[in-house]
Amino acid sequence: MLAFVAKRTLAVIPVMVVVSVVVFLLLRLSPGDPALVIAGDNADAEALQRIRTALGLDQPLATQFIIWMGNTLSGDLGTSIFTNLPVTELILQRVEPTLSLALTTMLFAISVAVPLGTVAGATAGSWLDRTLMAVSVVGFSVPAFVLGYCMIYLFSLKFGWLPVQGFTSISEGVLPFLRSIALPTVTLGLAYMVLIARITRASVLEMMGEDFIRTARAKGVAERLVITHHALRNAAIPILTVIGIGVALLISGVVVIETVFNIPGIGRLVVDAILKRDYPVIQGVILLFSAVYVLINLAIDIGYALLDPRVRY
Amino acid sequence: MTLLSPQLAGDEPRSPIFDLISQAVRNPSVMIGGSIVAAIVIMALAAPLLGTVDPVRIDPGMRLKLPSDLAWFGTDLFGRDVYSRVVYGARSSLIVGLTVAVTAITFGVLIGLVAGYFRSMDIVVMRVMDGLMAIPTFLLAIALVSLTRASVGTVIVALTIPEIPRVVRLVRSVVLTVREEPYVEAAISIGTPTPLILVRHIMPSTIAPLLVLGSYICASAILVEAALSFLGTGLPPEIPSWGNMISEGRTFFQVAPRLVFLPSLFLALTVLGINLLGDGLRDTLDPRIAKRM
Repeated sequence: MLAFVAKRTLAVIPVMVVVSVVVFLLLRLSPGDPALVIAGDNADAEALQRIRTALGLDQPLATQFIIWMGNTLSGDLGTSIFTNLPVTELILQRVEPTLSLALTTMLFAISVAVPLGTVAGATAGSWLDRTLMAVSVVGFSVPAFVLGYCMIYLFSLKFGWLPVQGFTSISEGVLPFLRSIALPTVTLGLAYMVLIARITRASVLEMMGEDFIRTARAKGVAERLVITHHALRNAAIPILTVIGIGVALLISGVVVIETVFNIPGIGRLVVDAILKRDYPVIQGVILLFSAVYVLINLAIDIGYALLDPRVRY
Repeated sequence: MTLLSPQLAGDEPRSPIFDLISQAVRNPSVMIGGSIVAAIVIMALAAPLLGTVDPVRIDPGMRLKLPSDLAWFGTDLFGRDVYSRVVYGARSSLIVGLTVAVTAITFGVLIGLVAGYFRSMDIVVMRVMDGLMAIPTFLLAIALVSLTRASVGTVIVALTIPEIPRVVRLVRSVVLTVREEPYVEAAISIGTPTPLILVRHIMPSTIAPLLVLGSYICASAILVEAALSFLGTGLPPEIPSWGNMISEGRTFFQVAPRLVFLPSLFLALTVLGINLLGDGLRDTLDPRIAKRM
């Protein structure tokens, strides 16, 4: 067990090295002078020189990378060109809305998708199954920002039930927090939910044809228990995998949804940074999001080994 | 021969491609998805013939007009005809979607064939692909776009790079299974040059799964392009594209929601059509593909 955990953890290192190299090279390999890219066309020579020194662009590429990597590993993601604040500080200021949104979305999507997918898989071909599959194709095709505007139009403008935009911290009360986060959660969660529901359905359906299901039925286990204890349990691995992979969907979604609902989170931070070409911020956020993605998937892989001894070997 | 039924044995041998097509057409997903896609493609090609006016002509006297006989979908903030912009917008989306799919598959097949066939390359290439896949697609695309000035070319490159690893993984997995087949061994043993083995004996097995993956890449590229344009980092604002229209319309969302909803409707319909087509193709071409994806 320990050997498996160690092996799987070590495998993260090459992946993160490649991620860092890509993120590092993004700016350096862009056509033209990176300093000019950052400063814009109207910058004078002095400003350009200041940016070059600040980013160490006057050093050789390999030296730049080692310095940058060293700083990153010690938790220093550089300084924002636009606000002159450390990138880590900027990110920390924005963590709360993004983390709240991500957690409510995961909770919402998983708690809806797994039961729905299980029922659909166990009753494949039924009207419920067909409706779910039809809705799921639509769910994949409607862009999150379009869905967001439909939600705002319906629930905020027409019915006036929920606030149009903005974010209320949970420290200001649970109800205002839930009201402000309800629409973004459902909007962001739909594609994720559809993805999880489809995989749940497929793997439960596959399990329903297995011998141990027939055995369970033959010995008189109630159908409800056959589905939850025998089919769903054995279908857990693909479901967990897709929950992990789907985090990439959430990360991409956060960037767009925070703009639609005007939520001051990390997604909004990176969009603003891109519009202002604030490169250290862009690099910092991409590194952070990629690391979160890789670590969540690492945790899930280790989770399998705990769940299912077959994986360890 | 005794296994064949008498009628079948007498028939002309039909090509397997013909079989596949006739099978695919009978699949409801392929039918519905294909019809939607065909309609959108015709709309894009025949845009000038469909009662449209110049989609970029600005008319300050006609700002934010409601739909009428003059302008079927009304006019936008600058007095441009929304109907014409929606119809011409199909061109931008389809060009981006198709180009990204074709380019990503071309590069992905080249890299995947090499990685799958030559063991020495496999480890390095796949580690790089794992790393690229660890960066969320959308973030990588916006980072790439933000480096250079917005243009159709930049957007296409930025959308293609994050998709390549998916193609490489798929091609590699096919190559790894196929290269152990007896007919590949036979080709090696009679001294067929390696490039010929790759092209003639291994590549054909990748066509069916790539067709399916290609349709998904096309749909996702259209979505991501619209999202990029929506955030203001996509296609240049003067190009009529659905993403640009939604982005411009959102400032006036409370006054004129149709400026957001009309292009959204076409965007969602197009993506839905392509996804349905992809699902249908996946089910008819090979049920096993579904598992690999």
